[in-house]
Amino acid sequence: MDFILKGIIFLLVAIIIFQMVRTIELSSKLSGGKDEITDKSNNINGWISLLFGVGYMVFFYLQVKWWNNLTLQKPAAEHGVPIDKLWDTTMGLILIVCLLLQPILFFFIWKYRGNKKRTASFITHNNKLEIFWTAIPTAVLSVLIFFGLSVWADVTKKPSDEALVIELYARQFDWTARYAGSDNILGAAHVGAIHEDIDNPSANNPLGVMTTSTLLKQIESIENTIIKDSIALEKEHNIVNKNLIESRLKDNIERRNRYQANFYSLDSIALSYGEDDILIPSGAGKLVLPVNKEVLLKFRSQDVIHSAYLPHFRVQMNCVPGLSTQFAFTPTITTKDYQVYLNDTTFAYILLCNKICGNSHYNMYMEVEVVEEDAYEDWLSNQIELKNQN
Amino acid sequence: MAHHKENFVSKYIFSMDHKMISKQFLITGMFMGAIAMILSAVFRAHLENPESGIITPDEYLALVTIHGTIMVFFVLTGGLSGTFANLLIPLQIGARDMASGFLNMLSYWFFFLSCVVMLLSFVPFIAEGGAASSGWTIYPPLSANPDFISGSGMGMTLWLISMTLFIISSLLGGLNYVVTILNLRTKGMSMSRLPLTMWALFVTAILGVLSFPVLLSAALLLVFDRSMGTSFYLSDLYVAGQGLLDNDGGSPVLFQHLFWFLGHPEVYIVLLPALGITSEIIATNSRKPIFGYKAMVASILAIGFLSFIVWGHHMFITGMNPFLGSVFVFTTLLIAIPSGIKVFNYITTIWRGNLQLTPAMLFSLALVSTFITGGLTGLILGDSALDINVHDTYFVVAHFHIVMGLSAIFGMLAGVYHWFPRMFGRLMNNKLGYVHFWLTFICAYGTFFPMHFLGMAGLPRRYYDNSAYEGFNQLLEINEVVSFFAITGAFVQLIFFFNFFYSIYRGRKSSQNPWKSNTLEWTAPIDKQLHGNWPGEIPSVYRWPYDYSKPGKKQDFVPQNVPLSKGEEEH
Repeated sequence: MDFILKGIIFLLVAIIIFQMVRTIELSSKLSGGKDEITDKSNNINGWISLLFGVGYMVFFYLQVKWWNNLTLQKPAAEHGVPIDKLWDTTMGLILIVCLLLQPILFFFIWKYRGNKKRTASFITHNNKLEIFWTAIPTAVLSVLIFFGLSVWADVTKKPSDEALVIELYARQFDWTARYAGSDNILGAAHVGAIHEDIDNPSANNPLGVMTTSTLLKQIESIENTIIKDSIALEKEHNIVNKNLIESRLKDNIERRNRYQANFYSLDSIALSYGEDDILIPSGAGKLVLPVNKEVLLKFRSQDVIHSAYLPHFRVQMNCVPGLSTQFAFTPTITTKDYQVYLNDTTFAYILLCNKICGNSHYNMYMEVEVVEEDAYEDWLSNQIELKNQN
Repeated sequence: MAHHKENFVSKYIFSMDHKMISKQFLITGMFMGAIAMILSAVFRAHLENPESGIITPDEYLALVTIHGTIMVFFVLTGGLSGTFANLLIPLQIGARDMASGFLNMLSYWFFFLSCVVMLLSFVPFIAEGGAASSGWTIYPPLSANPDFISGSGMGMTLWLISMTLFIISSLLGGLNYVVTILNLRTKGMSMSRLPLTMWALFVTAILGVLSFPVLLSAALLLVFDRSMGTSFYLSDLYVAGQGLLDNDGGSPVLFQHLFWFLGHPEVYIVLLPALGITSEIIATNSRKPIFGYKAMVASILAIGFLSFIVWGHHMFITGMNPFLGSVFVFTTLLIAIPSGIKVFNYITTIWRGNLQLTPAMLFSLALVSTFITGGLTGLILGDSALDINVHDTYFVVAHFHIVMGLSAIFGMLAGVYHWFPRMFGRLMNNKLGYVHFWLTFICAYGTFFPMHFLGMAGLPRRYYDNSAYEGFNQLLEINEVVSFFAITGAFVQLIFFFNFFYSIYRGRKSSQNPWKSNTLEWTAPIDKQLHGNWPGEIPSVYRWPYDYSKPGKKQDFVPQNVPLSKGEEEH
């Protein structure tokens, strides 16, 4: 209803504009249609330009005043500090150039506004001047490129071996964090090992982690289904239902064979890495990180491209199906300390999806909490390892 | 040139006259532009008040996708290049028509067809599941399977068909433009005497011819993936409830490489014609030569060349090798040098000029302003380390709308106001032009400038609403400002549309050379739109196009076809 009302209002406004425009047009016709560029029109537009130039600066200033406090504040990760320093340097440069050139532009429009008495100067080029303003940007850009690349090299450098390994698993439309457990090694995983069965949820393996316990459980579960279907198939006489069961049976046998192949493709050590992995789905928990400890995030996706975006940490990396990506960083400020810094007890870090991934893209997020190391250990010891999950 | 008897169909519909084809491109482009603008007004109305629920999340994504597609391809590529390359190339180089009038006609009709197919996406019983909605960049796997998003069904198929037709149109047009400029220049029109519009359109056409085929192959492979069971872009996919997709082993990142190999030159395909148009208009209306003609040409060439080796800056965080990222940082930031030269030369051109502030001139000067504002933030997005935190946020939306969207639209509007008399023999109303210009300029900055702050707050683009995260709630006030200016700005365009169509029939008759310009298009009669342009011989050219206010001349302009007087030196 509200929308229809607004629509009607917009329509009326459109009609009014249209009528006003027609009136202006007709009146200028009546006055003899003198429509050429006159000194007067140059004058008016020259002055409006000058006013616009001033308005540009005022608007600029007001926005910074109103909204700068809404932007992201100091970085909560180690590598964020040089990134923000580079940001400030670049932004400072941009502001200087912008706030120099824009006023000059609008001032010139006003200053050199046309006039019947005046003649323009015939100036075609000036090599010295042009070399000058090619050389200056080149020099400045060289510095920027050098500075930027050294920060980039620092951000993307190889993480240390002690870094805490966590997998962020993306799918439409939630996240699952997989902690590597006490061995700090993630168990092998593949979409081919994903198992979902509504009738027997204890055998579910949403991330396709390949361990002895998960694979045996899901093989058992699927074999039960196969047996059930085989019996049902013998009893069934309706040809439509028969076909349905048959195709399901074929599907499940294929799937069982795949699980078995997965099982035999890995040796017992490889199958053991995942046993102590811990799964935290975004619907049931937070991504908890210890402060001042390097974290190596590894990303996986099972359907479309997602992007793991942790704005407060200056971290972002795409999760690409079929490609393993990673990002290492060290959180430096706990959630509590950041709340104190912002003077806002409700503040929380966040992990967002930042690559269009479907209709609930805007709803795909997970809360992140940074805590002291012993609090982290406490929390971790209360989570259930994969082998004990049922 | 032989003159056939013209009937309605051969004159207005299947016309081979470049001037008529340019009008067809312009009006089709304006129509598509109006649609894209209405789409944006709808989703801005939604973003201002997300709870009202005027559109669903699926519809929202369809709106932004089609808005982007139409604006980038149909308005700023087809509409801009199509209009002004067709109108100006033969007239400014002194040719009777394009090298091939027939291909030129085909180019328009493929464009028209592609527009129709794209609009079919909105017909519910044709595009079941809605229009394509995976963003204008249509990254697979999202665009590859309707299970991921409903718009990837028939809507995506229509998108791909439409884009294929569009690419054919663009290639037919582009080849024609290149060949015409190289081969059909009149006597005396050496490359170094070409107006800057010609240089810009020439380089644009080369960019298009070299890069659009890559998009075509990217789209073709996507068609195979969608309907023939291949997996160029697909790997390790699990589709809910059904298990694995049959096809496997490809790379989604491959698509992005192919897409942006077109996608980045595309930015300059959109921008260069606008820069060319405004160079011409600013020089003419400053009554002063363009400053540093050679540097301007060199920077067009440099931008054209660099645009082919920077595509990776769209992909810093796709998991691409960081070293490769470094290379793209280097090449990307280099573009700032020729861009800077252009800006400085524009400003020096108006310095000590005698500015005739026509609506076309004002739009051109506005382009300089937006090119500065938007271009500078490119220094941030082109720097991989900084891109990490603003990639895919509203900061990017602000950047490309200002530097590419606004600049190109301003260039296009400047061109329309300036060459309207050349097209229709009548003038557009100046007063309406001023009202249109100032309101548009204010709304443009009001819409896109605040978006920088949304991006710096970490707000991702393409979010249906921002309620997911507490911290974004307070951003609503910025969104309200943006929406207010965006919707007002859309309404202001009604003034332009009225002025345009009214003036075609009722506008004041124009004199032969209303802006006292030097270029050849004003030597061909504008009261009769002759097929063949000049009734007698084609004029010869004796000088560059920028002899404005040359000392020792009676008038403040000397057209290119006026021979050098005794002892006169060429600029």
